[in-house]
Amino acid sequence: MSAYSIIGRPLPMTDSPAKVSGLGRYADDISVPGMLVGKILHSPVPHARIKKIDSSKAEGLPEVKAVATGRDAQRPYGILPIGHDENALATDKVRYIGDNVAAVAATTEEAAERALELIEVEYEPLTAWFDPLEAMKAEEDWIHEGRPHNIEKEYHHEFGNLEEGFSQAAFVQEERFYAAEVNHAAMEPHSTLAIWQPDARLTVYSSTQVPYYLHRTISDVLEMPMSEVRVIKPMVGGGFGGKSEVIPLEIIAPILAKKAKRPVKITYTREEVFYAHRGRPITLVDLKVGLTREGKISAVAARVVQDGGAYCGYGPVTVLYSGALLGAIYDIRNLKFDGYRVLTNKPACGAMRGHGTVNVRFAFESMLDMLAAAAALDPAEVRRRNLLQAPCVTVNGLRVTSYGLPECIEKVVERSGWLEKKGKLPYGRGIGIACSHYVSGAANPIIRSNMPHTTVNMKIDRDAGVTIFTGASEIGQGSDTMQVQIAAEVLGVRPERIKLVAADTDLTPVDLGSYSSRVTFMAGNACLEAAKNMRAQIFEAVAKKFGCIPDELESRDDAVFYRYKPAQRIAFDEAVRCAIDFHGTLVARGTYAPPDESRGGQHKGAGVGPSPSYSYAAQTAEVSVDPETGEVTIHRVVAAHDCGKALNPVTVDGQVIGSVYMGLGQAMQEEMLWHEGRLMNPSLLEYRIPTTLETPQIDSIIVESEDPEGPFGAKEAGEGSLAAAIPAVANAISDAVGVRITSLPLTPEKILEAIREKQKQDREKNAATRSEKRGAR
Amino acid sequence: MHRELIQLDINGERRELAVPPQKVLLDVLREDLGLTGSKRGCDDSSCGACAVLADGVPILACVAIASCYQETRIITVEGLAVAGEPTPIQTAYGEAGGSQCGFCTPGFMIAIHALLQHNPNPSDEEIRETLSSNLCRCTGYMQIYESVRLAMRRMEARSAQPAAVR
Ligand code: FES
Ligand code: FES
Repeated sequence: MSAYSIIGRPLPMTDSPAKVSGLGRYADDISVPGMLVGKILHSPVPHARIKKIDSSKAEGLPEVKAVATGRDAQRPYGILPIGHDENALATDKVRYIGDNVAAVAATTEEAAERALELIEVEYEPLTAWFDPLEAMKAEEDWIHEGRPHNIEKEYHHEFGNLEEGFSQAAFVQEERFYAAEVNHAAMEPHSTLAIWQPDARLTVYSSTQVPYYLHRTISDVLEMPMSEVRVIKPMVGGGFGGKSEVIPLEIIAPILAKKAKRPVKITYTREEVFYAHRGRPITLVDLKVGLTREGKISAVAARVVQDGGAYCGYGPVTVLYSGALLGAIYDIRNLKFDGYRVLTNKPACGAMRGHGTVNVRFAFESMLDMLAAAAALDPAEVRRRNLLQAPCVTVNGLRVTSYGLPECIEKVVERSGWLEKKGKLPYGRGIGIACSHYVSGAANPIIRSNMPHTTVNMKIDRDAGVTIFTGASEIGQGSDTMQVQIAAEVLGVRPERIKLVAADTDLTPVDLGSYSSRVTFMAGNACLEAAKNMRAQIFEAVAKKFGCIPDELESRDDAVFYRYKPAQRIAFDEAVRCAIDFHGTLVARGTYAPPDESRGGQHKGAGVGPSPSYSYAAQTAEVSVDPETGEVTIHRVVAAHDCGKALNPVTVDGQVIGSVYMGLGQAMQEEMLWHEGRLMNPSLLEYRIPTTLETPQIDSIIVESEDPEGPFGAKEAGEGSLAAAIPAVANAISDAVGVRITSLPLTPEKILEAIREKQKQDREKNAATRSEKRGAR
Repeated sequence: MHRELIQLDINGERRELAVPPQKVLLDVLREDLGLTGSKRGCDDSSCGACAVLADGVPILACVAIASCYQETRIITVEGLAVAGEPTPIQTAYGEAGGSQCGFCTPGFMIAIHALLQHNPNPSDEEIRETLSSNLCRCTGYMQIYESVRLAMRRMEARSAQPAAVR
């Protein structure tokens, strides 16, 4: 029997009844009396100066209650302190097709749309930059004045000794990899309801992963004290990073509400979601890796160019992750990284599941297979030969505390039948392996400070119900349930006894948000500490009653008992009342801040990459490739994920499978198609995420390395498995038909072309050998 | 704006309301009747989040003109539970991880409900085929299948029981 009664059990998510009954409320489901509909006028041109906006005709419509332009909120903002380059409504320039120019609030949607048509805007076109490599050469018409040659940021890191590393290599491979741009495509389109109150305060319901950043930004841009703005996160229909920074509608709705002095709701159409974007950028990876005869990686040099779109957003963080996390998975002693975040006249990219690491992992794991082939080694074996010796600190300053990668590899090798299959399947069928990893939250906050990254409060009153007040944002990943399970375990009560109030800036303490897979580790630890503090108060009172010391008490199954004589017990309700007699209503608090040792090195950009803990993943994919058409069928993916400890195995499995699924979408079919700054597929019909028919069998295997600092040993589960899925498939295709595709997505066209090219080369080679043989005779 | 009076039968209740003639059922449900369980996930009838039952058959409420459904019995996700008792798929969903963010869930509830009504014992392939008109971005579908299979097992066990202990 497990030592735990609630931890490790597959508890249904606490909000499951709300979801299956349709009674749960997402932002667009909330309506209030007097509410207006907000609509946004988007730029039809990719790069232009705004010469004039005339909105007088729109204002003349009786149904229109407010029209807003850039003049109404001139303070720029951005998620990073170094990147305040956006205005919710353009002030002087538009920088992409879809940029936000003006907005109206009206009594009906039709009136709002009619009003948009009446707004006259005069543009003076500027040269627009669509290709990142061209944009970097630009001498004029830079997208942002302070960013010469359209380079948002560049970083150059070198650790160890590259030259020496490459000189030890028996095999050196150099390759350029390309990854197309992809969008989160969360099923819920963004929605914000801003309520202007009679006391001149503002309440905002928004589909956000980061209510506290939104709180801060609204206050900043609207020039209102934070204490007069309240942000509430209702249920959120998926984020994946697309709601992890402030999205224009989240500022525009408050601007309109303030102007109209009425509630205003804006909900994006799916097309607007695609143009608001913040997804994974087009990425070019020039990778060079050296392998010794023994199969050890001796040096790695990576040059990464990301096409960031028109605004900074998370850009510098994305590009830094792509370099830093080269370090935390294999033992690499000599590492060079050059990263460029480039501005172009397209919607801004941002954080997307696996932030920054995914495209580089595709390149790296593909290349490991190429090198394994060169060295005549089994690809699984090459990975085994390059494992870290954890606990350790990597060459670029990342502290690894727990490391389940070896076990992940063993598990997928075993479950997939790797040894019987790799290199042994008939032509057209193949198997591939790849690994990946991710942070369990960033050790350094976006806005540098020494504040805890999260605080959890807890209250118990005479009803003996436990209320958790947490700033952490449930977005479908299980944040709420995770905290209920931790509190129930520590207090020894049924989960039903626990209520949870979350992500409401008036009621709950600050939490940085649901991004970088930080919630289980950070909010989980804070919740653990709060629960322990709460339990201490209860035990103190019961100990007095029993005439023992608190350490001799335990709690389980809604009772507190004397450890050495469990029959001496008291029901939880009664225990609580004992304690309340001493203290009044019981309150407790827990916080979490990453330890100093986890915060990384000193070099420029060292702040991104460090985490208190890393998750690890290994996967195999088995595929068939039709050599006549290039079409790929994925038969099965086996995914092992080291999540430290599965607090809730069903949720962990769901996160792992969901990550693999999203990775397969990017691998096989997802791609934002651009033509001169216009998105050619801005709908779910044309931007095709996998349906049940394209999704293969995905088996998840949980590996538990028990992190020394994670709550009950837990670490992240929601992102780390995404990246491995892509190269696992690319490697399987190579095993099946002997071609290496270095460009995402892995479409039938690219595969077929590569197969034909290979057939041609093989024919030429055969002809050459034949004529050589003839010559030799 | 011109409106016309229509009568709808929603979750067993007769509702009379005045709506613009082209208003789609999804907007009537969400805006006029406060039934926000059905979701809008797309602009082009490609996601299935808005599905409701029309005489037991799933339809996309985002493209259904409300006034054309006056002779039809409409059931939305809010109307699936019988006398407040969740259906087997609603309970199984929580236990097997069928929902993550839950935004697609109402559409899947409708699709799965219709499937099991029509065929209480579908094969894995039939489940997969049927659910191909609903998109889910979170789960990767495996735990949705798992939920369906769990609900099927329970329904079977229940129908095998003598009525007294049901
Ligand atoms: S809303 Fe997407 S199909 Fe109806
Ligand atoms: S559970 Fe989020 S879209 Fe399906």
